[in-house]
Amino acid sequence: MSAAVNPAAVPAGPHRAVGQEPVAVVGVGQTRHVSARHDVSIAGLLREAAVRALEDAELTWADIDAVVIGKAPDFFEGVMMPELYLAEALGAVSKPMLRVHTAGSVGGSTALVAANLVAARVHGTVLTVAFEKQSESNAMWGLSLPVPFQAPLTAGAGGFFAPHVRAYMRRTGAPDHIGSLVAFKDRRNALKNPYAHLHEHDLTLEKVRSAPMLWDPIRYSETCPSSDGACAMVLTGVRGAARAPRPAAWMHGGAMRSEPTIFAGKDYVSPQAGRDCAADVYHQAGVVDPRRQIDLAEIYVPFSWYEPMWLENLGFADQGEGWKLVESGVTEMDGDLPVNPSGGVLSSNPIGASGMIRFAEAALQVRGEAGEHQIDGARLALGHAYGGGAQFFSMWLVGSERPDS
Amino acid sequence: MAADNSTAGPGREVAVVAFAQTVHRRSTDQLSEVELVLPVLHDVLKQTGLTTDRIGFTCSGSSDYLAGRAFSFTMALDGVGAWPPISESHVEMDGAWALYEAWVKLRTGQADTALVYSYGKSSPGCVRDVLTRQLDPYTLAPLWPDAIALAALQTQALIDAGLADERALAATAMRSRRAAEANPHAQLRGSADVEELLKQPYEVRPLRRHDCPPVSDGAAAVVLAVGDTARALHTRPAWIRGIDHRIEAHQPGVRDLTESPSTRLAAVHAGAFDAPPDTAELHAPFSAQELILRRALDLSDGTEVNPSGGALAANPVMAAGLIRIGEAASRIQRGESRRALAHATSGPCLQQNLVAVLEGEQ
Repeated sequence: MSAAVNPAAVPAGPHRAVGQEPVAVVGVGQTRHVSARHDVSIAGLLREAAVRALEDAELTWADIDAVVIGKAPDFFEGVMMPELYLAEALGAVSKPMLRVHTAGSVGGSTALVAANLVAARVHGTVLTVAFEKQSESNAMWGLSLPVPFQAPLTAGAGGFFAPHVRAYMRRTGAPDHIGSLVAFKDRRNALKNPYAHLHEHDLTLEKVRSAPMLWDPIRYSETCPSSDGACAMVLTGVRGAARAPRPAAWMHGGAMRSEPTIFAGKDYVSPQAGRDCAADVYHQAGVVDPRRQIDLAEIYVPFSWYEPMWLENLGFADQGEGWKLVESGVTEMDGDLPVNPSGGVLSSNPIGASGMIRFAEAALQVRGEAGEHQIDGARLALGHAYGGGAQFFSMWLVGSERPDS
Repeated sequence: MAADNSTAGPGREVAVVAFAQTVHRRSTDQLSEVELVLPVLHDVLKQTGLTTDRIGFTCSGSSDYLAGRAFSFTMALDGVGAWPPISESHVEMDGAWALYEAWVKLRTGQADTALVYSYGKSSPGCVRDVLTRQLDPYTLAPLWPDAIALAALQTQALIDAGLADERALAATAMRSRRAAEANPHAQLRGSADVEELLKQPYEVRPLRRHDCPPVSDGAAAVVLAVGDTARALHTRPAWIRGIDHRIEAHQPGVRDLTESPSTRLAAVHAGAFDAPPDTAELHAPFSAQELILRRALDLSDGTEVNPSGGALAANPVMAAGLIRIGEAASRIQRGESRRALAHATSGPCLQQNLVAVLEGEQ
């Protein structure tokens, strides 16, 4: 099977729709992700990330025209439509406030909805925030409510995704140890990221490999933690970027794609929606060879094996070859395609925020603001998120240069 | 779909070219959400002659808390037939805000057509209790004030301010449900007269049963299109001249419940005061809220309010706001209105409001 894209997925005509306002990320903020933030309310958690994003952009609440927030299912905190209660804490009173929910991809989708408000020139400067406070509830069982006449999603997401990992291993002949290499790499990367939830200084590859099996073939060490956390970004247009105190990250392309959860012929290992979404984003950005043109990727990898799976789905590797990039160290911090220098979802997973953290980390890298996990010379970076039954995808490409320059 | 370059980019005109809704019912035990949504999706596609793969963007609005399960919208997506994969998004809000997201998407020039849908099944649970879960989880939700209790507080504030009395409320309810006699989709059609209504016992004082919306299951869908694409899909597109939404503080205690400043602000930004509308479809689940909205929008007797019967005649939560936009657009498409205002609300006591102004071709 080739990585061919569905021709209908890529619009004809100009790379990016004519006349859009270029979108810039001028502020990024996130919380230190931990298993339980008992010291703050939900509002306090979001406000922490939002205030940091405003500080980064050297803006105040009054500079914000609209607020777009996103999170995964409301059952994860037990609050229905929490944006209503969060209006005051996020300075949204008398402003437009939107709430996005596209399953696990929501952090990315939320950023894209906010970006479109700027691109369409509906608003000048938009604050976007995504969060999850998993300690308020229990996400695994929140996902496992029984629904009559539907296949149960037994015991959370791992139970759903493990068979697809096994299918990938069978299809590609990938050796058993690949997953542990990814987990070890991401957890080591997280040591350089002060916001990451897991800081496992004593971790060894042997410890990753000998961890208990959770959902065969996914070990405890190869699955994401449950985190409380929030991420926020300030998005603006050309004039806003000109006033920004620090370099902006410019959006070069962004897209969402969805496909049904279950249907005959669905490829769970490499879903068509993911391939189409990537093709659309690359097309907008004029990227024809993602492996060479893109400097690094922040990819949504909640279970270690999804790194090689998504490398193929995103066109960074041919079908069946993704695991070889992992094995040869290409995706290491010092490889030629670093993947998840932040430590990724495997090191922090405030579910609703996880996608936005990928988008924000990509932006930090091309701004040169990623601190100890900065990749030297990063000019073009991919932020990726997925959700549901590997059916919802959102991605953006951000660069250090303006797309029209 | 190739971009319509004649009207590319910000500033392109967007119109409603199709609208469909279910016959709203107290209960749809035999239907899943997908089965509820599927007929309205087929209806709007048939009206436009479009197929799912020719729609540029799809956006829906719904609530997991109504469905009683996480990710409920993923199953509803099966009703769309998202294959080959589609460009799609979802808001955990009334479908009116899904329409807003789609309007923004079309304004960017990234798509020329959009399918918007929303649905709500209130019947499986007790919607009165369910809605308490959208209150501040630390200070308000633990007290379980339900939607009717909060509306009663708002109504009493309006009465105390001398802005309404129980007779005016009953007249509003009567007019809405009598208007609904002409609406085959409405759930409550027809009403006793005001004298009869005022003899009924209180539900939660000062609200009587007629002041409250029915519990409804229902769905709605809209197709949006830009410029010449819209003109090709409908002989009389309902152009969205302006659309905006605003939110207020959450705590009822810090708001003047007799006013709706966010409605007024949204109306200003949507250009609603540039010329008076001949029609207004207001999303007022409780009778007193219609009176508050009329004042916020400066509506005179020259404006026909809720010819569909409004949310007092059918209130499928999460769809009732989108239905207001669809009803307003349909009036324009039928030639019964030249300029119509549509309003949607969310949250306790009209906390968040959206206003759209629609017009026929000038």
